[in-house]
Amino acid sequence: MKPVTRIQSRTVVLPTTDIDTDQLIPARFLTTTSREGLGQFLFHDLRFDANGTADPNFVLNQPGADGCRILVAGNNLGCGSSREHAPWALLDYGFQAVISTEIADIFRNNSLKNGLLPIVVDEETLQYLLQNPGINLDIDVAQATLALPDGKTIEFPIDGFARHCLIEGIDQLGYLLQHANRISAFEESRPWKP
Amino acid sequence: MTSARTLFEKVWSDHVVVAETADTPAILYIDLHLIHEVTTPQAFNVLHEKGLHVRRPDLTLATMDHSTPTTPVTSFKDMAVVVGESAANQVRRMQENCDAFGLELLGFESDKRGIVHVIGPEQGATQPGKTIVCGDSHTSTHGAFGALAFGIGTTEVGHVLATQCLLQRRPRTLALNINGNLPNGVGAKDLILAIIGQIGVDGGTGHVIEFRGTAISAMDMDSRMTVCNMSIEAGARAGMIAPDDNTFEYLASRPRVPQGAEWERAVARWRSLKSDDGAEFDKSVTISADHMQPMVTFGTNPGMVIGINDPVPDDGGDPSFRKALDYMQISAGKPLTNTEVDVVFVGSCTNSRLSDLQQAADIVKGNKVADGVRMLVVPGSQQIKKDAEALGLDRVFAEAGAEWRESGCSMCLGMNGDTVGSGQLSVSTSNRNFEGRQGIGARTILASPMTAAASAIAGRVADPRPFISQGK
Repeated sequence: MKPVTRIQSRTVVLPTTDIDTDQLIPARFLTTTSREGLGQFLFHDLRFDANGTADPNFVLNQPGADGCRILVAGNNLGCGSSREHAPWALLDYGFQAVISTEIADIFRNNSLKNGLLPIVVDEETLQYLLQNPGINLDIDVAQATLALPDGKTIEFPIDGFARHCLIEGIDQLGYLLQHANRISAFEESRPWKP
Repeated sequence: MTSARTLFEKVWSDHVVVAETADTPAILYIDLHLIHEVTTPQAFNVLHEKGLHVRRPDLTLATMDHSTPTTPVTSFKDMAVVVGESAANQVRRMQENCDAFGLELLGFESDKRGIVHVIGPEQGATQPGKTIVCGDSHTSTHGAFGALAFGIGTTEVGHVLATQCLLQRRPRTLALNINGNLPNGVGAKDLILAIIGQIGVDGGTGHVIEFRGTAISAMDMDSRMTVCNMSIEAGARAGMIAPDDNTFEYLASRPRVPQGAEWERAVARWRSLKSDDGAEFDKSVTISADHMQPMVTFGTNPGMVIGINDPVPDDGGDPSFRKALDYMQISAGKPLTNTEVDVVFVGSCTNSRLSDLQQAADIVKGNKVADGVRMLVVPGSQQIKKDAEALGLDRVFAEAGAEWRESGCSMCLGMNGDTVGSGQLSVSTSNRNFEGRQGIGARTILASPMTAAASAIAGRVADPRPFISQGK
């Protein structure tokens, strides 16, 4: 995983609440055996109509969305299925951070494992971001802060271990493998065996 | 002095390999890793690349369910015709990976295959007190047995394959007390939909729910699985129910449970798996089951749900709510009954077990599926299919004009070609009414097997209760 330390970008805003992972990437695109190239399917059925024509009203199809690395969404982003294809698609499309007042557990976990930064903000901040689409944000992962264009800085919560892994680009599998002896000792010491 | 502990705390603390600190999450041991074809190929790729083996093949159980056809096929070539090249390739890859890593696969030709959350319990691999994970959000189903069971992503599937462990922060706990008793014609599906309607699709986020109370104690295991299955639809990390005699009776005859004296010891241990008197939960919600109605969803998430005879609420100025009603082509102010139905799906890890099929069949028996309605009945496993056929349920459905299929996830998410057409209205016993979940442009109303069956006969969304009193 590449280290993620700072994200500076304009925002794309999707005010809808409860955006589920079926919206992020529909199930019919999950028959792949690769994690690459899924950006083309991101929000597929919102971006394109049944004939494959891009919907000009959908925010990602508007010129202002080009090159944006930060997605701001309504409350409870990423609910539903555990498909890791959702953060893979967001990353492949070019997003590096997602912001909402609540981010569903499995989606948040999957995002952190891949270097997509999930940021939870309070209602007031979200409303400001939703009402001011396209503004520049400056995200400092080490400080866990989000700077608005007017210089105001907002702290966001992030698990210390997850932050460390993001900043250093640490693969958590390596961390687990280092504990092989502890895992073996646990297996041997259990009073019952599964 | 030991303080009073919840069921969750007991199972959690029993699996901590390395305790969590302010700087690091806990390393949690996993007793059963269920895997399927959709969320594993990229994890196996990582093991291949890094030259790693599967640490505990004996604690790993594989099947194929999402991308598999529900019509009989005999070869991969035929399968590709039915489900498409890409889905068939995924099924083939699962076989290859299980062979390469020495994993037991209840594969396409196995009479033990089925939906992963149906076969785990059916085979007795799901047991009280275990930690169970799968790259699938509906892993919460297994919590019905007093296991701590939750869905994970593909990166974490790789972690469990390689180390049998996960890095986890301890979730909070939510007690859901369900007092009273469910009335006739109202089932576990109605109860869990009503709960999600009350606490919201994010009401359980960050929490493990323990379902408790008289309505839960009275339930058979199929019903408890339905309840725990949809914990994730309230955003919960997991749902759990303390094991009791119903649990032990269900498990006693299953092939993978401990035998002889080991069984007695296991049951004695399992009996301690309940929340102690005075154990504290982070949150608590109490609901009465007494006056509950059959429930139906009207929007595009499972929290947008009403009683079968209640009017659809108005949007109250919420644009997301408005968008959902527009997508569903449903107007506020009147009940959903009389809304015309195109497709009825009975199946999925929520409602495809024998008692679900039996409840649907009891209503269908002697009736005909309404003209213009397609009814698809997909058993949760090949074993359930066999058991249902022994009871003659296949004939009941076929004589009514419904399609009787091989097992699989099928029309719950339409990965295998079983889809609802664009703009069509489906009454479905599955778990998600998200936009496009059952097919591009498909409109889904979630309901119980009884409501789904009644709707198939009526050709419109229908209250099952008149059909039940009629039949008995």
